[in-house]
Amino acid sequence: MEFPEDLKYSKEHEWVRLEGDTAVVGITDYAQDSLGDVVYVELPAEGDSVSRGETFGVVESVKAVSDLYSPVSGSVTEVNDTVVDGPEAINEDPYTEAWMLKIELDNIDELEDLLSADEYQQFIEEEK
Amino acid sequence: MNSRITALYETHQRLGARFVDFAGWQMPVQYTGVVEEHMAVRDDCGIFDVSHMGEIEVSGPGARSAVQSVITNDIERIGDGQCQYTLVCTEEGGVVDDCIVYRRSAESFLFCTNAINTYSVFVWLLEKLNGKADVIDRSGDYAQIAIQGPASLEVFKIAFGIDTGSIKPFRFIETGVAGVEAIVSRTGYTGEEGLEIYLDPRSAEAAWEALMAAGAGHGIKAVGLGARDTLRLEMGYPLYGYEIGDKLGPIEAGLKRFVALGKESFIGSKVLRARAASKPESVLVGIEMEGPGVPRTGYELFFDRPESTGAVGYVTSGTFSPVLKRGIAMAYVGSEFKEPGTRLEVKIRSRAVPCKVVGTPFYRRDKR
Repeated sequence: MEFPEDLKYSKEHEWVRLEGDTAVVGITDYAQDSLGDVVYVELPAEGDSVSRGETFGVVESVKAVSDLYSPVSGSVTEVNDTVVDGPEAINEDPYTEAWMLKIELDNIDELEDLLSADEYQQFIEEEK
Repeated sequence: MNSRITALYETHQRLGARFVDFAGWQMPVQYTGVVEEHMAVRDDCGIFDVSHMGEIEVSGPGARSAVQSVITNDIERIGDGQCQYTLVCTEEGGVVDDCIVYRRSAESFLFCTNAINTYSVFVWLLEKLNGKADVIDRSGDYAQIAIQGPASLEVFKIAFGIDTGSIKPFRFIETGVAGVEAIVSRTGYTGEEGLEIYLDPRSAEAAWEALMAAGAGHGIKAVGLGARDTLRLEMGYPLYGYEIGDKLGPIEAGLKRFVALGKESFIGSKVLRARAASKPESVLVGIEMEGPGVPRTGYELFFDRPESTGAVGYVTSGTFSPVLKRGIAMAYVGSEFKEPGTRLEVKIRSRAVPCKVVGTPFYRRDKR
């Protein structure tokens, strides 16, 4: 399982990549592996606002439904249609092709509360 | 953890299986992925460890009439070397279990039970057949391996040199497999051609490995309970505890053809005859999604405008169909909504998503 060093992670298994003052958000390798074959994703629309720790969507695999929790607060500037049309991308490439949202951050300091790759790996080890 | 393991537990571990507790057993839920395993069974060949299922023997001079008195189907319809799907019902018409009954001889029958019900079926048969036949729980004597899919008979032939092509569905042979006497039956829970093999747990690994090796050139894959569920759902097969159960009898579940109403009385016959003669309030139907999302156990169904009329039914089990590539479900709906083509809505979280009633199976091999 991979956890790129340049990303930040939440305890709800989302990742964040900072691009300027925009956060790119998706779910982690661990999350996609636990879910199994993802068949459906429900995401907010462009212009919607999301809040840290609150649900912004749903991901469904063959066997399970899971809420998506926003790791940051802000407004959605872009939604990845590729992942809505072809949710299997989440299993195949969770960090690059299967990004979900771009969010214009309300407060960049929120990122400091997220975990580093090492901290996240430690967290999932404990959770197992 | 107190759950039991099958003789193939370490084999599954080596294959990287993810385990789940199922009816008190640690069973592989998936190896490489539900969809991949599902498609292996539809296209090529899949191998399953189903050793958690129970085997109860009913034997003795009175066995035939004893069996006849506790099952809904008609045991006289089958001869030696044949098996049948049946239900074991309570006096009130509820389901104790749905089983396959094997007739090895007129004096020896074997019930293959759902893991979750093995003990209750055993106790039920002991109590109801007391003095009429010998009832023995043989579950510890058998591991069970299923091999299913278009290539399964060929793979079995390569592995053991036995041609099962002439065995018709719901027939079985007793033959040597992996050095031990085994029951090999043309049955399964997937809708594909295939075999179920009952054999000594000590030979389970040898049989499994022989099949895996023989299937290597035929795309064989180990298949877990996850795909077992999606496969049975595509066929519209009921699962105990979901579509049938203590409060959900065979008539409303659409299993009337396995209830021999014309035979002599059997446990539950009085209630089942009455129920078959009257119009059921709700019936089990197939549901196919027309919008996004996956229908799941307990989701409510609505007709026309959701909140105005109240729910007209509920989903008993549902999944994403890997073949149809959309959500499918089995559901109980009010009788007036049972006709195929009836448009309903299923409430998925806060949204009402369009779906329709369809006939089952959802998938037929010849129509793909």
